Amino acid sequence: MEILFYIFGVVAIVAALSVVFQRTPVYSALSLIVVLAALAVIYLLLGAPFIAMVQVIVYAGAIMVLFVLVIMLLNAGHEGPSAHRAKFARWVGPPLLLAFLVEFGVIVWKQYGLTGAASAPALDASPAAIGRLLFKSYILPFEVTSILILVAVLGAVVLAKKQL
Amino acid sequence: METLLLLMLLPPLAGAALNGIFGRRFSQGLVSAIGCGSAGLAAVFAILAALTSHLGPDSPPFVHSYFTWIEAGSFRADFALYYDRLTLIMTLVVTVIGFLIHMYSRGYMEHEGGYYRFFCYLNLFLFMMLVLVTAASYPVMFVGWEGVGLCSYVLIGFYFPKKSASDAGKKAFIVTRIGDAGFTVGAALLFWTFGSVNFPELFPRVAALGLGDQQRALTAACLLLFLGAVGKSAQLPLYVWLPDAMEGPTPVSALIHAATMVTAGVYMVARSNVLFVHAPEALKTVSAVGCITAFFAATIALCQNDLKRMLAYSTISQLGYMFAGCGVAVFSSGIFHLMTHACFKALLFLAAGSVMHAMSGELDMRIMGGLRRKLPITFWTFLVATLAISGVPGLAGFFSKDDILAAAYNGPLGAPWLYWLLTVTAGLTAFYMFRGLFMTFCGKSRVPHDLEHHVHESSSKMTVPLMILAVFSVVAGYVGIPKVLGGSEAFDRFLEPVFGGSQGLLAANGVVAQHPASDLVLMIGSLTAAGLGILIAYWFYLRSPEIPEGLATAFSGAYRTLVNKYYVDEFYNWLIVHPLVVGSRKFLWQFVDVGVVDGAVNGSAEATADVGQVLRRIQSGNIRSYAAWVLLGAVGWLGYLLLR
Amino acid sequence: MIPLSHILLLSVILFTLGAAGFIIRRNVITVFMCIELMLNAVNLAFIAFARRLPGLDGQLFVFFVIVVAAAEAAVGLAIIVALYRNRNSLAIDDVDSMKL
Repeated sequence: MEILFYIFGVVAIVAALSVVFQRTPVYSALSLIVVLAALAVIYLLLGAPFIAMVQVIVYAGAIMVLFVLVIMLLNAGHEGPSAHRAKFARWVGPPLLLAFLVEFGVIVWKQYGLTGAASAPALDASPAAIGRLLFKSYILPFEVTSILILVAVLGAVVLAKKQL
Repeated sequence: METLLLLMLLPPLAGAALNGIFGRRFSQGLVSAIGCGSAGLAAVFAILAALTSHLGPDSPPFVHSYFTWIEAGSFRADFALYYDRLTLIMTLVVTVIGFLIHMYSRGYMEHEGGYYRFFCYLNLFLFMMLVLVTAASYPVMFVGWEGVGLCSYVLIGFYFPKKSASDAGKKAFIVTRIGDAGFTVGAALLFWTFGSVNFPELFPRVAALGLGDQQRALTAACLLLFLGAVGKSAQLPLYVWLPDAMEGPTPVSALIHAATMVTAGVYMVARSNVLFVHAPEALKTVSAVGCITAFFAATIALCQNDLKRMLAYSTISQLGYMFAGCGVAVFSSGIFHLMTHACFKALLFLAAGSVMHAMSGELDMRIMGGLRRKLPITFWTFLVATLAISGVPGLAGFFSKDDILAAAYNGPLGAPWLYWLLTVTAGLTAFYMFRGLFMTFCGKSRVPHDLEHHVHESSSKMTVPLMILAVFSVVAGYVGIPKVLGGSEAFDRFLEPVFGGSQGLLAANGVVAQHPASDLVLMIGSLTAAGLGILIAYWFYLRSPEIPEGLATAFSGAYRTLVNKYYVDEFYNWLIVHPLVVGSRKFLWQFVDVGVVDGAVNGSAEATADVGQVLRRIQSGNIRSYAAWVLLGAVGWLGYLLLR
Repeated sequence: MIPLSHILLLSVILFTLGAAGFIIRRNVITVFMCIELMLNAVNLAFIAFARRLPGLDGQLFVFFVIVVAAAEAAVGLAIIVALYRNRNSLAIDDVDSMKL
């Protein structure tokens, strides 16, 4: 069973590399969908079926569709020639990223060791259980996020209109 | 009693406040009513206080503390007033003569500008002077001391649009400041040594000392206090402000620079007699300075052609007499001379004001002459005062001057040279005073045509005070007729409670003169000097006017030196003023202020701006750079966590 | 069982790749997609930790993150559309008028 995790992990990494280094935005979007799918499988493996499904339906199914829609709407083709600005980011960025990776890796290693510290067995993570928790303890954040979505919809409509 | 004292002090202060704040809208009549009224009230209450004080020979002085002013650790200075026989005399002199001069000013200042301002300042001065003489501690006295200095400054510079007037005001204030520094340090030294600066506490403590105790501290303190007196009372070397102070209106010269403010130094020394007596070196310095100043100033007065300047140098000379009196430990004689001098000197100045009015502001005696026909009252009162100051018997100045001369020869701490110098000075005084009289009022008129028609006697507002003062100049001396002439020396005995202890101390310690001479002989000596002075003046200026001119050309060097006042002002300018000004400009202004201070302030502003210029490059507006900065922060934080 | 540190390492790698894309890429939409990648990396870490605690709170948190990501994506893309309409360019370096 564990081997699946490593396979899909590699898939996710490769797809992420593709997201970052592809020339065309459409290809990046499609690679991102692959990443999301791989992650959904990993969620399943880690005992979160409902979340995995939500990820596929909402994230990969709705958000990425929106992304692709906008890419096509704006006809975003190849990226232009390299800008002469952002010198700081171009020169300082890559070394920083490497340092970031290394540091984090070291922290994780020190904290949890490279092996061992196995996680607990899976709990009952069925939709029913999640629903119960959602509508009992987390009812307030639920309502707030619903208002948030409403606001987001209104905002998106206003911002993207051609004429108010 | 305490209410009486307050009632004496407050009217001048209230008058000053009223005239100062609202005077602009008052009529001249109302302003002078407030001004003279408050001065009059002060005089009335001073007389009442004198009459009801019941100060017997053994009564302690009346002291009352009105409120606590300063309290810091063991230093305590209350606003307390002190009333003994010395205070009685001083308050009477200040208020009565002050009132007379206020009345005179009604007429004198009628056509000058700033009428309300004048009376405001004059009232304020009266208040401050009264605080000075009734103070019960050095700090309160210093309040009055500084207050009269301030009033002197504003009054000398009364015609401030004229540059010489405002300069003179500044000069007076700055020069007396030097003395004031000495006063402050001296008082501080007294506090340090004896733990108090309040008279009721300090004087008994010092009186209880033996003759040699605390000698150094006491001598230093007394010399420092005397430095204050030297400044305020225009003695050598800080006298230079007084002649220039004649730029002020004449009533100011009369009140402040003849009768009252300049006598503050003498009063202070007399009040501190307990301290000075325990420091004989200081006393000797006082008498030496007073004596030399008296002679020095008299020599300068010989050749002055400006009437008021001559009177100013005469004041300096007479003040020297008073200090000499205090210095030879006959404090009561010094105060006696203070009192008589206030009368006739004020009269002399007021009469000079009357002459000035008649001469349309001109004061050069060389173009006066023969004025006695047109200004009779002024002439006769001036004559009375001149006789008095020359020490002619029968008038006030004779008795007081004589006391001092006698003590200078015979008294404890006296010395023959003091007597001889003072006698010569008396002769010179008689000479230059009569010279002034003859040149101004007698002989043929030298008045130029354009001024001649304006010469007239002054109004009664001005002449009545002159006459009252003339009467005082005659009778004031009769309270102190010396024993030699069969008198009762009432004045000396009156002030016995104040000064007796000191004089007794010196006598008890066997400090007596080396070659005592009879008082009568000494008196004859001074009379001779005075008589000679008058005769020579008569000869030079009425009989043979060509003699003085001949002498002037023959001894032109000496003459020029005297006319230019020994070039002292020029010397001070070279020694002190010019280096200070140049130093201030070159160093303090250009280097310290512009270079260092402005440089630091502007420099830090520029530095901040420069740092800002560098830092603003972070705000490039480029989102990727911002992201990189955030990443940098995150990396840094993680690194810190790792290394912890 | 899968060791926790491995899951976290995967999360870290994904996050770093997202940050790299954010810094390196010039197209606005691609940058936005890299942000979504970072969010997903964080979700993975949440799920990993959720197993160690009793209760399903970690998973619920992921749920909310997805919801908010949706809202954010909607609004963000609307902004990008408006931006494109005004400047006719999708280069992120052209959006730099808020500078000193």
